[in-house]
Amino acid sequence: MTKQLVMGNEAIAFGAIRAGVRMVAGYPGTPSTEVLETVAKNNPGNIHVEWSINEKAAMEVGAGAAYAGKRTLVTMKQVGLNVASDPLMSLNYVGVKGGMVILVADDPGPISSQTEQDTRHYAKFAKMMVFDPSSPAEAYEMIQDAFEYSEKYGKPVFMRPTTRICHGYQTIELPEIPGGKPEDMPEKKSDGFVKDSEKWVIFPRLSYKNHILLEKMLVDIAEDFGDYRFNEVTGTGKKGIITGGVSYEYVKEVLGDRDDVKVFKVATANPFPEKPALEFLKGLDSVLAVEELDPVLEREITYVCGKHGIAVEVFGKLTGSMVNAGENSADKVAESIAEFLGEDNSVQMRSGIKKEVCGGGEAAELRETAKMPEIPSRPPVLCPGCPHRGAFYAVKLAMKGKKTRYCGDIGCYTLGNAMPLDMVDTCLCMGAGLTMAQGLYHAEPDARCFGFIGDSTFFASGMTGVVNAVYNQADITVVLLDNSTTAMTGHQPHPGTGKTMMGDVVNCVDPEMILRGMGVKTVVTADPLDMRNSVEIVKKVAEEKGVKAIIFKSPCIAVSKPSKPEIIDSAKCINCKKCIKELGCPAIVLREGKAYIEKSLCFGCSVCESVCPVGAISKSGGEAK
Amino acid sequence: MNMNYLLCGVGGQGTVLAAKVLAAAAIARGEDVKTTETIGMAQRGGSVTSYVRTGFNIHSPIIPLGTADVIIGFEPGEAVRNLSYLKEGGTVIVSSKSVMPVTAALTDSTYNGDEMVDYLRKNIKNVIVVDTEKLCGICGSDKVMNVILLGAAISSGAVEISYEETKTALLSRLKPKLHEMNIKALELGMKG
Repeated sequence: MTKQLVMGNEAIAFGAIRAGVRMVAGYPGTPSTEVLETVAKNNPGNIHVEWSINEKAAMEVGAGAAYAGKRTLVTMKQVGLNVASDPLMSLNYVGVKGGMVILVADDPGPISSQTEQDTRHYAKFAKMMVFDPSSPAEAYEMIQDAFEYSEKYGKPVFMRPTTRICHGYQTIELPEIPGGKPEDMPEKKSDGFVKDSEKWVIFPRLSYKNHILLEKMLVDIAEDFGDYRFNEVTGTGKKGIITGGVSYEYVKEVLGDRDDVKVFKVATANPFPEKPALEFLKGLDSVLAVEELDPVLEREITYVCGKHGIAVEVFGKLTGSMVNAGENSADKVAESIAEFLGEDNSVQMRSGIKKEVCGGGEAAELRETAKMPEIPSRPPVLCPGCPHRGAFYAVKLAMKGKKTRYCGDIGCYTLGNAMPLDMVDTCLCMGAGLTMAQGLYHAEPDARCFGFIGDSTFFASGMTGVVNAVYNQADITVVLLDNSTTAMTGHQPHPGTGKTMMGDVVNCVDPEMILRGMGVKTVVTADPLDMRNSVEIVKKVAEEKGVKAIIFKSPCIAVSKPSKPEIIDSAKCINCKKCIKELGCPAIVLREGKAYIEKSLCFGCSVCESVCPVGAISKSGGEAK
Repeated sequence: MNMNYLLCGVGGQGTVLAAKVLAAAAIARGEDVKTTETIGMAQRGGSVTSYVRTGFNIHSPIIPLGTADVIIGFEPGEAVRNLSYLKEGGTVIVSSKSVMPVTAALTDSTYNGDEMVDYLRKNIKNVIVVDTEKLCGICGSDKVMNVILLGAAISSGAVEISYEETKTALLSRLKPKLHEMNIKALELGMKG
């Protein structure tokens, strides 16, 4: 065993490998992505690992393997679970044979998501167990427990880490080979899939019967969870804090080693463990619920109080004692706890977060005495050399002066909304761009409606939208931004890349063939870095009737090599700043009032050359970055 | 001793490697470490912050406000942005080279970081300003800025990590052909 610094997602993956997982399927989504990648990197050779084309596919692939008795892990982010919710709801009625853990990463903040939805609600909704780790070290242990519970009850279970668990690193004692050797994890004897239509084929009659069993089982599991090792009650006194997940660590940070506040750490929010809850409530007169996202624990503890006639006041998000949006931090939690305890923030902080520094220490005082200069904001932007910049700019130029509707989608190219490109009018969810463009067209037939979609998103949930457009006679232009990777989440392969997570090289699935096969008659491929040609193509294609497609094909800069950087000839430059104001490329900056290309940032895409009205921008003789 | 390091900069500047080196040295001493960082959208030219906490009984992965022993700023504006994390008497090590945000260029901003460096010099007791542009030039690569800043941090005495520890942690993470340049960067950073 050695002490290793491990990311939460890696810890979860190592735990799953140790638990003998044999099937891992998922779809990339921050903050869940590294779990599957870590399994693939450390695959002892007996695990099937795949990026499925979307979360629904992953859930169903996983269900199949679990029906056959294999231990199965399915991974996704919280909004991905919305896509997989159809199989999920039925799957829990049917049950599984091999242990099945559905790992769903929630994203308080949200830091990189569309919603702050709380997967613990899905656990309640689908009547499922949910495990909620408070640290990477705990997550490593907990996922192994999750497989045990899944098999014990024959049901899929949720594991729900949040961003700070997934992307936090912690030193953990792990074996030299963190996942373990294959011989350490002998597979349990199983007779595989056994045909039984009374079990595996869902019918209304079976659902009714299983619903009754499921409700009874939840009562048993709640009882069982009463003794679960990570559900803990500590401390003494009349005031108590109920918490779970990373918020538990914030509570510990604030309380330090003081013992005069009771703390109930809930590792299994559903079914709620009533036994430790009653032990926690004994002798209390008030409770503060410290949790992220929704007030799930707060409602549970309030229910337990009502059910047992316990006179304890419960504070939390529902009473305005905790903020109800955004992620927690030790500082936010410190403030709420101080108020709850009726103590001065500075007295109560034993772990170094004193009130006088809590608000900002030396710097906070400075802010009052010396005026802090204004710090420029720094929102994320498309990278220098990003091919999406060329694609958006070409469409923008081609459609100048026309009534247009630009529907974007989920991926790096959502950043096309930023100034100065300003080319994303809508963004809703995966795949929505192509279909929303159709709705806009039917509502406003005089507008030229575009749906922009990335290659991975196209495979995930764009294809059905194209069929819908062809069938229902929508007049739209599909713009496929094909950068040959899943860029946003860190460059995962997909069906168009010809690589799998098993390391195999396979035939590429060609989006052009798909589009033609679905009945799109005009499909033109263009190089988005060739501005003149791209603009002509957009002008021509967008004027055609019906569904037509332009595939802008150019690899993401993270998976390709830079060419020689561009340089501005200051003798020719007329200082119009058009290169800056049209493109918004991070490599073109103002230096002493003039446009200047940062050599270290320039990727040499040359799109700026076509923007300069006087031809002052050209390739330098220098080395590529 | 428990230490809190905050490293901040702009996506792509190498804050994460520097954070890993600080963590590795603490682990080698037998301490526990928790780190976290912003990744995702922040990679694309946005602000990036890495938190490294070393020692024992560490709970929150994020450093509480007013408790950072050291801030290593890879960009002067980003260092100022994160100042509320600095504890009283804490040290700021900062690169003087600014990175202009796209939004600033679009609005004809004159931002060049000088104002930020002046502010730090005037208001924080322990500030070390490093001319990384010059030192990177000597090394022949902009990519060694993180190592130069680590060098400056070591010679400041504010970090619990020695030259040898840094070198070991660094070289184990880099390809052999990059070793020479990085050792040079580390030593230049130490000299300042």
